[in-house]
Amino acid sequence: MRSLRQALFVAGKDLAIEWRTKESLNAAAAFAVAILLLFSFAFDPFAESTRETAGGLLWLVFAFAGALVFNRGFARELPNECLDALLSSPLSAASLLLGKALGNFVLLLVLELISLFVFGIFYDVRWWLHPLNLAVVCALATWGISIVGAVFGALTVNLRLRELMLPVIIYPLLIPLLIAAIEITGTLLANRPITAYELLWGRVLVVFDVIFTALAMALAETILVN
Amino acid sequence: MPPAIELEQVWKFYGDYAALRDYTLTVSEGSCCALLGRNGAGKTTLLRILAGLSPFQRGSVRVFGELPRAGAARRQVGFLGHGIGVYEDLSARENLSFFARIAEIGSPRGVVDAWLERVGLARVATMPVRQFSRGMRQRLALARTFLHSPNVLLLDEPFTSLDDRAIATLGELLLEARQRGATIVLSTHQIREALASASHVALIENGRLRYAGERTLEMLDDPGLLYRLHMSPGHA
Amino acid sequence: MREKIVIGLVVAAALLLAYNLYQIFLVLPDEALQGAIYRIIFFHVPAAITGMIGYFVALALSVLYLSSGNFRYDSLAASVVEVSLVFSVVNIVTGSIWARIIWGIWWTWDYRLTSALVCVLIFSGYLMLRRGIDEPTQRARLSSALCIFGCIDVVIVWKSIEWFRTQHPGPVLSIRTGGGNIDPAMEHMLYMNFYAILMIAVALVLIRTRQEATSREIDSLRRLANAA
Repeated sequence: MRSLRQALFVAGKDLAIEWRTKESLNAAAAFAVAILLLFSFAFDPFAESTRETAGGLLWLVFAFAGALVFNRGFARELPNECLDALLSSPLSAASLLLGKALGNFVLLLVLELISLFVFGIFYDVRWWLHPLNLAVVCALATWGISIVGAVFGALTVNLRLRELMLPVIIYPLLIPLLIAAIEITGTLLANRPITAYELLWGRVLVVFDVIFTALAMALAETILVN
Repeated sequence: MPPAIELEQVWKFYGDYAALRDYTLTVSEGSCCALLGRNGAGKTTLLRILAGLSPFQRGSVRVFGELPRAGAARRQVGFLGHGIGVYEDLSARENLSFFARIAEIGSPRGVVDAWLERVGLARVATMPVRQFSRGMRQRLALARTFLHSPNVLLLDEPFTSLDDRAIATLGELLLEARQRGATIVLSTHQIREALASASHVALIENGRLRYAGERTLEMLDDPGLLYRLHMSPGHA
Repeated sequence: MREKIVIGLVVAAALLLAYNLYQIFLVLPDEALQGAIYRIIFFHVPAAITGMIGYFVALALSVLYLSSGNFRYDSLAASVVEVSLVFSVVNIVTGSIWARIIWGIWWTWDYRLTSALVCVLIFSGYLMLRRGIDEPTQRARLSSALCIFGCIDVVIVWKSIEWFRTQHPGPVLSIRTGGGNIDPAMEHMLYMNFYAILMIAVALVLIRTRQEATSREIDSLRRLANAA
């Protein structure tokens, strides 16, 4: 529990800085809107086939614009060698990682909400029809993205090619998570009922989140103390 | 009662290259050890290992009997490296409050206010650090380091790039720390300042310990003595 | 000593491969439904299995490195991943060629193919990461961490898509089906070629590991020279 509290302090500090500067959120939101605009030219928003793939489009937007968010995660600890100050403090590496993931999580959820609004307008999709289910899917999938983004943000923080490496490493790892999210979201947006098929994908999301969070906590010291 | 810092036959490798070789040193509680040596000798590496920032491959390192990465050790350690370790976009008060909470200080507010007063930043407490002058940042860094009244202070070239006011503040803080029995290890190039406040010296060259012992008056009079006596020939 | 083992393996593999190729192309009859192209299975399946085994060997080696700090494990892991990557690509390409001829399409989103592609992506990332880190200890630690995440991810991909999409031909090996899906002579050939390919893989790994160790030695000598 102490670890969770410490993680919350770290997340709070990051969110306070983000609130003041709004650097990653602005960039990510602008990028998301730009992608959605481009998609609406590439895929006719009113064609039936596009409505079927709406779930996929949405998660592509979240994943790519989200990169701008989790790219900043550990990078903001580099100036003034703040990372050293954190690691030499009583804060455990696992709490630090968890805190970063929580910060990513909140920012990504805000980004997703903004994107959903814009998406609803461009594509005339009523995404609010199943709010609870959509919220659950978004929360589970976003947590997976957040924890993977935090782990590999930490792993690549000191590397000279950080911005290039991070997407190359993260996206392949997120494939099962994104497929699951896309399948379920597609069903929800098309206003179809949830069947056993979607529930199985939901299970994939939960398994992914649990396993990767556990791995992240276990390997936090190894990754951060170098 | 275990000594404050105990290094025994410590080796640190980068690949196959040894940055620290068979390093053995004991720093007893309450002493102030000046770590001397050229650039690249291993002073920063040693301090980072003690602060739990860097792993080591062989030997044993103990801070008050605990591994440096253990929470119990880090709770007692205050580390000041080359960077100031504060966030540009937060105010002085916000920075110290954050580090106070991380260090689990009870009633952080009072402690933070006291420290802001102590380093002369009370009036600019709500100003973002981004707008601080260099001297102000350095003083904030000192506040962050000493905030939780650590029993072990690890300072990497603390006198470098400090302005006069900051040097004076650091001097006072070190004196106070020693008076309450804290242990200090500081690495430096400024031999004179370091020797003045040190009780012990340790000389490191190419990752090896060349000399360790009490700081004598002779050293104070002739700082170059140590280097001449113990370093390898060819050293300027 | 090591050179002798490598040469021995290569020679044995070459002989076995020569014998196998003779058998595959000149002795075994065409398969009833597929015609001549089915012979690609003798390279496709062993390559797939060798690749997959390789990744999990690398997982074990990564864990061993993290617990012991011995660089030999890390060099070995990197070599195994590299060689496995080659065989994964062979797997995908041979599969693609076969699919084009039999089904008329180059690709399909089936769990085995998708998993193979995800493997290639993840472990290409692993090699890229290693390239991007100069310092050997850091490189070993971080790539070990990535390897662990990568392998677990591959398992998740495999399991999740297995539940949903299967266009790929089902299992043929008797150990999975209990016999009857494949002609015994063909099954025998599959195993024979598997041994040949495995030997090639091991030889490649040994050669590559030596290269890794040497480059690490050079790196530390360079550091030593610069420090003096």
